[in-house]
Amino acid sequence: MATKDISPQNPMIDPETGEQRVIAPGHTFRSVTEKLTRIVLTPHTPLGWFFGFALAGSIAMMLLVAVTWLFLKGTGIWGITMPVAWGFAIINFVWWIGIGHAGTLISAILLLFKQKWRNSINRFAEAMTLFAVVCAAMFPVIHTGRPWLAIYWLFPYPNTMNYWPQFRSPLMWDVFAVSTYATISVVFWYIGMIPDLGTMRDRAKSKFGRFIYGQMALGWRGSARHWMRYETASLLLAGLATPLVLSVHTVISFDFAVAIMPGWHTTIFPPYFVAGAIYSGFAMVLTLAIPIRKFYHLEDLITLRHLDNCGKVMLATGFIVAYGYMTDIAYAWYSADKWEFFMAWNRIFGPMGWSYWILIFSNIAFPLTTLWSRRLRQNVVYLFIVSLIVNTGMWFERFVIVVTSLTRDYLPSSWGTYRATRWDYMTFVGTMGLFTALFFLFIRLLPMIPMSEIRQILPGAKINEAELQHKGGD
Amino acid sequence: MPVREGIYGLLAEFDTPTELVMAAKASYGAGYRRMDCYTPYPVEEAAEAMGFDEPKEKGVSRVCLLGGILGGLAMFTLESWVSIWAYPLNIAGRGKFSWVAFIIPAYEWTILWAGLCAGFGMLALNRLPAPYHPLFNAPNFRNGATSDKFFLCLEADDPRFSVTDTRSLLESLHPVSVIEVEH
Repeated sequence: MATKDISPQNPMIDPETGEQRVIAPGHTFRSVTEKLTRIVLTPHTPLGWFFGFALAGSIAMMLLVAVTWLFLKGTGIWGITMPVAWGFAIINFVWWIGIGHAGTLISAILLLFKQKWRNSINRFAEAMTLFAVVCAAMFPVIHTGRPWLAIYWLFPYPNTMNYWPQFRSPLMWDVFAVSTYATISVVFWYIGMIPDLGTMRDRAKSKFGRFIYGQMALGWRGSARHWMRYETASLLLAGLATPLVLSVHTVISFDFAVAIMPGWHTTIFPPYFVAGAIYSGFAMVLTLAIPIRKFYHLEDLITLRHLDNCGKVMLATGFIVAYGYMTDIAYAWYSADKWEFFMAWNRIFGPMGWSYWILIFSNIAFPLTTLWSRRLRQNVVYLFIVSLIVNTGMWFERFVIVVTSLTRDYLPSSWGTYRATRWDYMTFVGTMGLFTALFFLFIRLLPMIPMSEIRQILPGAKINEAELQHKGGD
Repeated sequence: MPVREGIYGLLAEFDTPTELVMAAKASYGAGYRRMDCYTPYPVEEAAEAMGFDEPKEKGVSRVCLLGGILGGLAMFTLESWVSIWAYPLNIAGRGKFSWVAFIIPAYEWTILWAGLCAGFGMLALNRLPAPYHPLFNAPNFRNGATSDKFFLCLEADDPRFSVTDTRSLLESLHPVSVIEVEH
């Protein structure tokens, strides 16, 4: 550990470990409760919130326009054609769902590993998961063109046509993976929020607030028996969400890996997709956390330690992604398959080669050389920029996988190119507006940092064993 | 539910979790069983002090396991039935009972139903949702139980309960206050 850049006077540094603190010193149960409930229960919504929500909402309107036109005209308004029958829709789907995965990683996997630092960022990371899944799930659904007619081959239900879905298809597996993921994420998120909703109910001043939060809190009263069952349920949900999150991106990678397209048909896809998902997801956590902690003055609770740790996770998963890229090329060479070899060459030096180099720069060359530095990892501006760059790079990764493989497959006579239309761009940018608008609503209406979990890591939360032994005797 | 009247119990308020755990131990030691602690975050020691052992109860885990098994079996059975009898598809001569492909949706449903059962099972075992509870009548309960205070309630259902003796026991445990809670 490099200690030269730490000043001993800084109150945010824990003198025992020399690390940044997870929570600023001096907080009590009451101060944390006050600080976090006030953000939601204040009658004065900050002007910046209205501005941001209006902006995000207008961008989301663009999505509405694009989707309406799509339903009227059909998927022909998109740039998809032969041979690129999968265009922006699948790229955006994989990108969004990958972003969602960091939320589950933080809330489930880090809970199982007893990483207490995660406590303050897990609620909004989970919200990020939910809203990302909403955006992701929209793409395959609208890609069917007329989703209301797609239900009978997506969901197994008895219908008048006596038709049943084809369960051997990876696209069917997707339906189950993504719908399970969305459901479990909602349950995990909501169960995690119940004690805090109880706090909101008890702190709300307005009758309406008390009623709404009271209904949502389900009558939570903090009974010790309830807490013990609650903890068991949380652990079980975390234990279930962990294999689930790994399976979701694995199943999505099967959409590609099961096909026989050069560049898709490799066994490296599942782990490489999962690592890429977590890489971009942590980048999105930073993209969201950095402005939020600044705007709501939450530097005490989302400290540089959290940002630093997110940077470290990105560094690790970024290297797995880099390994995936190298394996792709090594596979093309070692397979001695000329189509695979051509695909790799075409990806890097072909007409769409520019997208490959964007991806190499933004996923590997820039972040993986600079994230090593502790000083940079604790520099908020740098982290914000790197998070945006990585998210761009991860989008291009999916673009490269989908488009370069499809434009030039086995038969040169069927080669083609791909050009997205304005409707493609409007739909994609529109989902970013929807995601941001939902996030604005979330931070305004619900406690974005789990108070009950923050209380557990405060110094006053520990039982004083000595006192217990001493006084328990008399 | 019939309307109940009279006293629900005596509610003692404490400032620290340590005081609460000591009080819970003392009350349990004095023979009280119908009691509960209320804390703003999970305090395992409080549950132990009143003789509640969740790992031994195993309610939530059992419901979760059952849900997982049934969910997985249900999906696997559905897939087999659809692919063999209801709507057999012959694509490139692949076998009808291609169970390897069926594992994936069955796996997802195992997780889906195990998770739903863990979440809703926990709520059901806790008798939630319960929008009304006598404790919400106590003036200090809602101000503290979900933010920074620790409560012990000895309930009137307990055979040892008496308004005077129980109150003097609680008052000997250094609480901030002891109040009567009405139904």
